[in-house]
Amino acid sequence: MIAGTKRRGRASSLAFRSFLLLSLIVALTTLAVLVGQVLVDSQGFLDTTLLTSPPSALPDIAGARPAILASLYLGALVFLFSVPIGVATAVYLEEYAAKDRWYNRLLELNIQNLAGVPSIVYGILGLAFLVRGLGLGRTLLAGSLILTLLVLPTVIIASREALRSVPSSIRDGAYALGATPWQVTWRQVLPAAIPGIATGSILSLSRAIGETAPLLLVGALVYVRYDPTLTSGFTALPVQIYNWVKLPQQDFQYLAAAGIVVLLAMLLTLNSVAILLRNRYQKRW
Amino acid sequence: MTTMTDLERQTTPVPVQEEGDAPDDSDVVFDVRDLDVSYAGKVALRGVTMKVFRNRVTAFIGPSGCGKSTFIRCFNRMNDLIVGASVDGHVYYHDEDLYDPKIDEVEVRRRIGMVFQKPNPFPKSIYDNIAFGPRVLGLTDALDERVEKALRDAALWDEVSDRLGANAFGLSGGQQQRLCIARCLAIDPEVILLDEPCSALDPISTSAIEDLIVELKKQYTIVIVTHNMQQAARIADRTAFFSVETGPDGYRSGVLVEYDKTSTIFTTPADPRTEGYVTGRFG
Repeated sequence: MIAGTKRRGRASSLAFRSFLLLSLIVALTTLAVLVGQVLVDSQGFLDTTLLTSPPSALPDIAGARPAILASLYLGALVFLFSVPIGVATAVYLEEYAAKDRWYNRLLELNIQNLAGVPSIVYGILGLAFLVRGLGLGRTLLAGSLILTLLVLPTVIIASREALRSVPSSIRDGAYALGATPWQVTWRQVLPAAIPGIATGSILSLSRAIGETAPLLLVGALVYVRYDPTLTSGFTALPVQIYNWVKLPQQDFQYLAAAGIVVLLAMLLTLNSVAILLRNRYQKRW
Repeated sequence: MTTMTDLERQTTPVPVQEEGDAPDDSDVVFDVRDLDVSYAGKVALRGVTMKVFRNRVTAFIGPSGCGKSTFIRCFNRMNDLIVGASVDGHVYYHDEDLYDPKIDEVEVRRRIGMVFQKPNPFPKSIYDNIAFGPRVLGLTDALDERVEKALRDAALWDEVSDRLGANAFGLSGGQQQRLCIARCLAIDPEVILLDEPCSALDPISTSAIEDLIVELKKQYTIVIVTHNMQQAARIADRTAFFSVETGPDGYRSGVLVEYDKTSTIFTTPADPRTEGYVTGRFG
């Protein structure tokens, strides 16, 4: 009787484990095949020309220098704009806002929803409000602002999560010593939350760098031969890849694959930094 | 079997502190009058009136949920930090009502320190833990000396003087709690509130903290919440017994049953509920 139950338990447990393993294999194989295919295709085009030359009608001398530079600028600007605003919003919502007030709950709900809005919608907003409304034109600045709006909800949510994981006993301890709310936040809570905030912000940043749709809408160009500045027209690495894929010549497909490898390398670097930060500053309580 | 245990508990005399220097209860630090505390409209503590005296250890005892922790948080306005908490009545601190709208709660906490149930060192070095209070208050002259004095007064200096830069999380639980006491001493408070400071500690650490409290009362006024009656008997000059009662509105809330010298509370309490609790018949 007892032995029978045990065997049955074993069988279903084994089945479940196999199912989990299978899911893992499917996910990983798909990824491996995709990356492998891209790597194979990029052969012969993954060289310094890609990094240092502007695009060209001739695939052999075409590169993605303006696009790579623009993507780096975009990343830096998005980080610069989104982190201060996002962290400040999170601090307000977590540390200052009265949670029982309806307007604060409404704010919270809206931020959650904004995080789920498709990026193309942000693109339309950017076109109407930034490019035309504010008259920024189809510039790198407009592109970085729209990406900032796109990642802001994610940055806010990640920062709030990090702030919330700071135990309230830390706040109590600081308040009991006569610290003001400002001092408690600035000297205890924020420093303790920085690893979490940094990890969340970097992960949102890598999302911004990989975005194409909103940039196309705010007018990222597909053929830029000059190094971008804040107020110049611009392209971005994903946009450049999109453009190459559309071209009929086979060689541009390979060039696109090489571009994808560069983009992946950038994103993997960012994500590794995030993971390193998280492991380096594991929870200390 | 149950009766046996009860009998044993009754007959085991609770050691009561010798009253060498009989408390001269003339110097009142806190004068609480008709204090009610409620959380989200539900009354947690009802109608407390009592006085706390200078350089005395005052202990609050009582069963869980009797509002003793709620009460101690009224002395430094820590209840302000709890959403939905409201305090009604008066807590006079040297003739100033702490709940007067003109009173700055941050200023209150600078004079009335608090140590919590679970040791809560900041995720910083030992030195920075102690220096935090003085730094936020701008008391940064001779900071090293201030830190050393606080650690010495909390009987922790000898154990940590060679590793002030080490993270406070490396200390044992008992050391962490003494660090929290030192942190509180570093800003020269007049009163130290301790909310079950030993509940997370082993007996040896507990005994170290108790010795420290007896030592500290020479300079400070001490209020301590404890669920350990023996602890109250060992270290407190005066003891207040709280209980849970059903009020006229049907809510169950904490009330102050009896407040007297510790020896009186443990040997000849006036209220049968106190007697029932201290002899172990309930709670």
